[in-house]
Amino acid sequence: MAQEMLYWQALNRAMDLEMEEDPSVITLGEDVGLYGGSYRVTEGLYAKYGEWRVRDTPISEGGFTGLGVGAALVGMRPVVEIMTINFVLLALDSIVNGAAKITFMSGGQFPMPLVVRVPGGVARQLGAQHAQRLEQMFMNVPGLRIAVPSTPQDAYWQLRQAIASDEPIILLEHELLYFTKGQVDIVAEGPPMHRAAIRREGRDLTIISYSRHALLAEQAANELAKENIEAEVIDLRSLKPIDWDTCAKSVEKTHRVLVVEEDCRFAGTGAEVAATLTERCFYSLDAPIQRLAGLDIPTPFNGTLEAATIPQIPDIVAAARELHRAGQETKAA
Amino acid sequence: MERETLHRLLHDMLLARVFEERAAEEYTKGNIVGFLHLYPGEEAVGAGVINATGPSDYIVSNYREHAHALMRGVPAGKVMAELFGKADGMSGGMGGSMHMFDRERRFMGGYAIVGEGCPIGVGIAYAIAARNLPETVICFFGDGAMNQGAAHEALNMAGLWHLPILFVCENNHYAIGTEVHRHSAVPEMYKRAAGYNIPAERVDGMDVIKVYDATRHALGRIRRGGGPQFLECETYRYRGHSMADPGTYRPAVELKAYQAHDPLSAAIRDLEFRYPSADELTAAGPDGIAKLMQHMVDAGHAREAEVEAMKKDVQKTVDEAVKYALDSPQPTMDAAWRALRRNQQHEILM
Repeated sequence: MAQEMLYWQALNRAMDLEMEEDPSVITLGEDVGLYGGSYRVTEGLYAKYGEWRVRDTPISEGGFTGLGVGAALVGMRPVVEIMTINFVLLALDSIVNGAAKITFMSGGQFPMPLVVRVPGGVARQLGAQHAQRLEQMFMNVPGLRIAVPSTPQDAYWQLRQAIASDEPIILLEHELLYFTKGQVDIVAEGPPMHRAAIRREGRDLTIISYSRHALLAEQAANELAKENIEAEVIDLRSLKPIDWDTCAKSVEKTHRVLVVEEDCRFAGTGAEVAATLTERCFYSLDAPIQRLAGLDIPTPFNGTLEAATIPQIPDIVAAARELHRAGQETKAA
Repeated sequence: MERETLHRLLHDMLLARVFEERAAEEYTKGNIVGFLHLYPGEEAVGAGVINATGPSDYIVSNYREHAHALMRGVPAGKVMAELFGKADGMSGGMGGSMHMFDRERRFMGGYAIVGEGCPIGVGIAYAIAARNLPETVICFFGDGAMNQGAAHEALNMAGLWHLPILFVCENNHYAIGTEVHRHSAVPEMYKRAAGYNIPAERVDGMDVIKVYDATRHALGRIRRGGGPQFLECETYRYRGHSMADPGTYRPAVELKAYQAHDPLSAAIRDLEFRYPSADELTAAGPDGIAKLMQHMVDAGHAREAEVEAMKKDVQKTVDEAVKYALDSPQPTMDAAWRALRRNQQHEILM
C-alpha cells in the first residue's frame, strides 16, 4: 500500500515507527527536538516521545556521537544526527576509533547498534565548508557500513534496517533529495540494505552511481535512449559493502562501465568500483572502465562554478556516448 | 573501616603491583610486545575507587587499565593473556594492552585515544538515566585528558543532563612527558569541573583509604540523585609513560619524594629505572609495606603473618597468570573475522 511522500517524510515515518516499536531507540543531535531537525526528519518526535528519547544536544559533534557509542554499548539503539556531513569531521574519533572498532577490539563482546545520519553533498551555493562529500573517507574504515538512499522508498527502508541492525551504520542523505517525491510502501519488506538496484535495464553500457547522481544517471539514460543507446543504470544503495554480484552481472551483459559520482575523483568510489570490476570482469570488458566524478577542488561559492565542479546530466550523456563509441571501435578492430 | 575492606584494598594493590612488575619483566623477555603502560605508583587510586563500586556499576577506563581490570575482578590469567595477545585474553587477543573489555563485569573498555572514554562513559550514563536505573558509571582518565575537547564536551553534557557518572581524574602530573604546570593553565583539575556545575574534590591519590571514602561518598550522592561528581586523585607513576619511555624528563628528587610517600614504597627500592625481579619483590618483605600495611598492623587489622601470606598468594596468582597466558593458543584469523562480524546475525554480505 504505497503512498506519495517526500524523502524527509519517509525518513520521519521510519524514525517514528522504529521509536514506537522499540523503546530503546533514541535520537540525538543539534536541534532534532524542539526545532524538529534542520531537514524536518525528526519533526513531531519530541512531542511524542519526550526529551530523553529525542535529545537536543549542545554543538559538540564529537561528544554527542561518542555519547551515542556509549549508549549503544549498553543496548540502546541511538540514531545520531550530524546536522551536515561537514561537521562529521569533528566526530571522526567517535566513529572511526569508537563505533567501528569496539565490537572488534572487545573480541566480539559488544554490539554496536549505532546509526549516524548525515545530510551531505553539494546543495546550492553553501560554500566550500558546507558542500562536500566525504563518503570515500568512511569507505576506508573497516567495521562501518554505509547506506546511500536515493529515493524516499529506500530512505524509508534503509533507515529502518539501519536502526534494526547491530552494526554501526552511516546513512548518507543528500541535501537536495529531502524535498523529492516518491511512492513509499511502509508495509512491504525492502531488499537487504546493501543490495544494489537496477533502476533501468539496458544492453549497451552500465552506468553505476549512487545517491542523487543515480537519479541524474537515470535521466541521462533516457536522453541516451533517444540516440538509440540503451544504458543500464545501477544504483549502488550501499557503499560498504558494495553489491559486486549485481554490478558484475550487468558488466557481463553490457561490457562497458561508466561510474558516476558527485564525490571527488581521486581515490573515490569510482576508483574502487573500477578497480574491483576490472579485476573481476576484465575479460568481459570491451573498453576501459570510465569514471565521471567531482573535480578535485573545494566547492566554489559561485553558482556557475559550483555546477562545473560536479557531473551534470549532459556530462553523463557525453561520457556515456563516448564510452559507447569506444566500445564499438574496439569491437571493429 | 572494616577489616575485610582493608584486606581487600591491600590485596588488590599488591596484586596490581606484582602483576605490573611481572608484565614489565615479560615485556623485556619479548612475551609482551607493543605498547605497555604500567600502573605502579597509582594503585591506591584504582583500588580505592573500584572497591567502592557495586557489580551493577560500569567502569570505563583508558590505556593504563590492566590494573583496573584486575581490581574489577577479572582473573589475572585473562588479563595477562590479553597482554600476550592470546586467544584466552579478555578480548580474545584482538584488543591488547590498551583495549581490554569484560562484558560480564561491566568493564567497558580501555581506550587509547586520550579523553575518548569520557563521551562513551557519558553515553552509558545517559542510557542509565533514560531507563531510570540505580546504576552509575565510573570514568577514569588522566590529567592529560583534561585538555581534550572530548572530555569537556562530555563534562558539559553530564552536568547539563544531571547524569549518574563519577569522573575520576588520575592526576599523575604528566601528560606523557609534559608536567602539569606546562600543560594546564589551571593545574588543579578538580577546579575545572566547576565550569560544568559538577561537584568536585581533590584527594590524596597515594592514600587508598581516602580515595575509597571519597568514592563511596561520591557514588552515594550520585545514587541519591545528585548528578555527576568529579574526583581528582593526585598520584604518581614510578615508571615512564610506557615501556618505551625511560621517564628521564623527571627530576630524580621528585620520584624519590613520591616513592617515600608510596603506600607500597619499598617494592621498588632502586631509583634507577630498572625492573625488580620477582625475588627482589618478595625479598622486599615486611619492610616493603608502607602506609596501608603499617596502618593495618598498628590498628590490629592484620598480623604480619597474614600480610606475608597475602604477598605469597598474590605472587602465586601472578605466576599462574603468566603460565595461563603462555599456555593459551594464538588466536586465529578466523576468530578475528568473527569478532568483526559478530553483529551480522548470519547475514551474508557480498
